[in-house]
Amino acid sequence: MNKNFLRGMSHGIPICLGYLSVSFGLGILSVNKAGLSIFQSALISATCLTSAGQKAGIDVIAASGAIIEMILLQLTINIRYSLMAISLSQKLDKRFTTPHRLLASYGITDEIFAVCSAQKEPLTPAYMYGMILIAGGGWVLGTALGAAAGELLPAAVSAAMEIVLYGMFIAIVIPPAKKQHSVLFVAVLAAAISVIFHYALPMVSEGFAIIIAAIVASAIAAAVFPIKDEEAEQ
Amino acid sequence: MSLAVYIIVMAGVTYLIRMIPFTFFRKKIKSRFFRSFLYYIPYAVLSAMTIPAIFYTTHNIWTAAAGTAVALLLAFLEMPLIVVALAASGAAFLLGLFL
Repeated sequence: MNKNFLRGMSHGIPICLGYLSVSFGLGILSVNKAGLSIFQSALISATCLTSAGQKAGIDVIAASGAIIEMILLQLTINIRYSLMAISLSQKLDKRFTTPHRLLASYGITDEIFAVCSAQKEPLTPAYMYGMILIAGGGWVLGTALGAAAGELLPAAVSAAMEIVLYGMFIAIVIPPAKKQHSVLFVAVLAAAISVIFHYALPMVSEGFAIIIAAIVASAIAAAVFPIKDEEAEQ
Repeated sequence: MSLAVYIIVMAGVTYLIRMIPFTFFRKKIKSRFFRSFLYYIPYAVLSAMTIPAIFYTTHNIWTAAAGTAVALLLAFLEMPLIVVALAASGAAFLLGLFL
């Protein structure tokens, strides 16, 4: 088997283990909150491969929300992948022809991006495919197991598992917020706006509240704390 | 609305967001404001999604608060994602046993 493919697979193992447990929570949520089947839950994970986006999408499905809400929500939550894709596009091997780009772009997640960016040599298609196969496999398998367990587990356990994804979100936001006042600022501001919507403007759906909170907080932060070039490179 | 439509829209939008820049983008964004905006967006989204929703996850405000507190502490100590996520859930479950 291709050496780069194997290397990608081995680099994907830690991501796979992390994904297994996080997507387990997502599977439970799909069943408990949106009433989806095991297959439907796993299908969403296989086609979307995005934790926060899927969580928000499941909320929209559960609430029978508008399609425009779904589109705007996915755009807002997942627009970060565009930045990652731009960043990765700068360090691709010559073998990365357009068909390979079309295929490999499917697997640009926070974690896969992080590992790929850390590589010194140019990225080959085989390397990314190996990583995406292992990590994505863990993501789909974990979702299916979670969805299956959601139907079987005692309510106390499945209720406690619903917090897993939010725990991961906290783990993503807090470390950079410790180091950069601007990130702390944007996180607190977005949370405050979200709280205002939830309690003072309950007629605004959860999805739109998140979009508005994120756009307003980020725009203010961008105006008050414009980033230096090094930060954009990260 | 049919579930298939939701899934196709979700998957399609998410794919295009990744595919278009990965396939066609070769230059850097010049606007400093826009680059800053994109830099902050993930943190703002995650924060707005988490608060106040996290307090309603476990169907009990106290177990959810315990899970949140544990997640904040471990995240502050920069533990791996998986440790923070599972510890939050574990804390909520353990407190739930006593309530």
